[in-house]
Amino acid sequence: MPKLPAPPLPAPLKTPPPRPGRGNGKTGPLEEAQQAGITVVDWVDERTSLSGAARWMMFRKVPKGTNWFYTLGSATMFAFLSQAVTGVFLAMYYRPDPAGGAYESIRYVTNEVFLGQFVRGMHKWGSSVMVVLVFLHMGRTFFFGAYKYPRELNWVIGVVLLILTMAMSFTGYLLPFDQRAYWASSVGVNINGTGPLLGPYLSDFLYGGAEFNATTLSRFYAIHMLLLPGLIAALIGAHLYLVAKLGTTAPPWQKAGRPRELRETEV
Amino acid sequence: MSKYTLDRGIPGAFEGETITRRRFMTGTAHGAGAVATMAFALPALGFAIGPVFKSTPHRWEVVGNIYEFPDNNYVPVVLTVQPNIGEVGKTTVYMRKFNPEIDTDPYDKNTPYIAISSRCAHVGCPVRWVDASERFICPCHGGVYDLLGRRVGGPPVRPLDRFYTRVTGENVEVGPRFSVNSQLRHFSPRLPGEPIDGIGQYLYPSTPGAKI
Repeated sequence: MPKLPAPPLPAPLKTPPPRPGRGNGKTGPLEEAQQAGITVVDWVDERTSLSGAARWMMFRKVPKGTNWFYTLGSATMFAFLSQAVTGVFLAMYYRPDPAGGAYESIRYVTNEVFLGQFVRGMHKWGSSVMVVLVFLHMGRTFFFGAYKYPRELNWVIGVVLLILTMAMSFTGYLLPFDQRAYWASSVGVNINGTGPLLGPYLSDFLYGGAEFNATTLSRFYAIHMLLLPGLIAALIGAHLYLVAKLGTTAPPWQKAGRPRELRETEV
Repeated sequence: MSKYTLDRGIPGAFEGETITRRRFMTGTAHGAGAVATMAFALPALGFAIGPVFKSTPHRWEVVGNIYEFPDNNYVPVVLTVQPNIGEVGKTTVYMRKFNPEIDTDPYDKNTPYIAISSRCAHVGCPVRWVDASERFICPCHGGVYDLLGRRVGGPPVRPLDRFYTRVTGENVEVGPRFSVNSQLRHFSPRLPGEPIDGIGQYLYPSTPGAKI
């Protein structure tokens, strides 16, 4: 198999040619700073070949007609990253204690921590933002036919990500442990129990027993903080890899261009 | 197919060999990896799934004395069903003395007091006893139950759950929860939303942790 050449660098990123008049070895502080940065990157790149992978990902070709709808997927990932970062900061204060510690820790974050109300608000509203973006992205993919061969596996991974996002919303809802959180989660677990045959066992698995008990809140917290983010991050990685490998599709209204040989030359 | 590798024509086989050295080594390495993985995966899985099968110990809790509860109206009491987790471990139970004129079903003959759960059988919101209309009303989705806890309106799928009761000396004690079908026959406790009439009792089994 002949090795394909690396994708070309776009013009602004090629190293600029040396300016005339400064070529006699005199370098100013700006040039030295740039050289230092380039040296560090070169050191890492020589040992990892990461620049090839970065160019493959960032400078891949996209079809004619790519429009703003194609940003919805990246927007969803950005919302997820925002949730992850704000979630880490909230986790530094949260206590999963059903006997009052959970509510108290959230009250403390909201009222007394510097910017606590802001970070908590970002996490709370960010989850709604992420769900909205996920559905818009799913709709865009569907209406553009971007689920067809060879991208069926990517669609399936996307559906699994949708289910995991819904599960994140469900488990996270209980954590503030106020009245709305407790009753909404109880109702949600009871609805799970209405599935025939396996429903009651699924509800018991979520509760960690036959009804809400001392381990239920910790269970929801562990699922929300450890299990689901790990699965989502892994599947986002697979999802992005497939997008870069298979390429994106043109919008359905885009017509194919005429072959170069048949185009009339312009005089 | 012969069990001897020599007969199967595998290159490098010798007389009497039944498995090649390569396959043996590969199989042993896979087996050891499986044993190592199971060593941490099975306890973790047991930790996650185990509580589903653990049965809650039965508790009898004193809720009042035998003079407190009327036989034609309900009095709410607060029961601790899960100790040590504060408010969320408590539930409201509506207590009434057994009344042979009202409680005519054959299943409650030996029950000294009727204890009706406030957990709505639709999705679990707390219901409220309204004395003027002699109904339990659920605020969430409009479920309505009559004096015996049987559904008379709204989305619930079965009557309100009840609790076992007994009298010890002068005290009334309330015990574990149980569910009833529309004829008020007793069943192991089910979650809200699970019908018990007819095929429902088999389609929605009581899980090991809930069985009395």
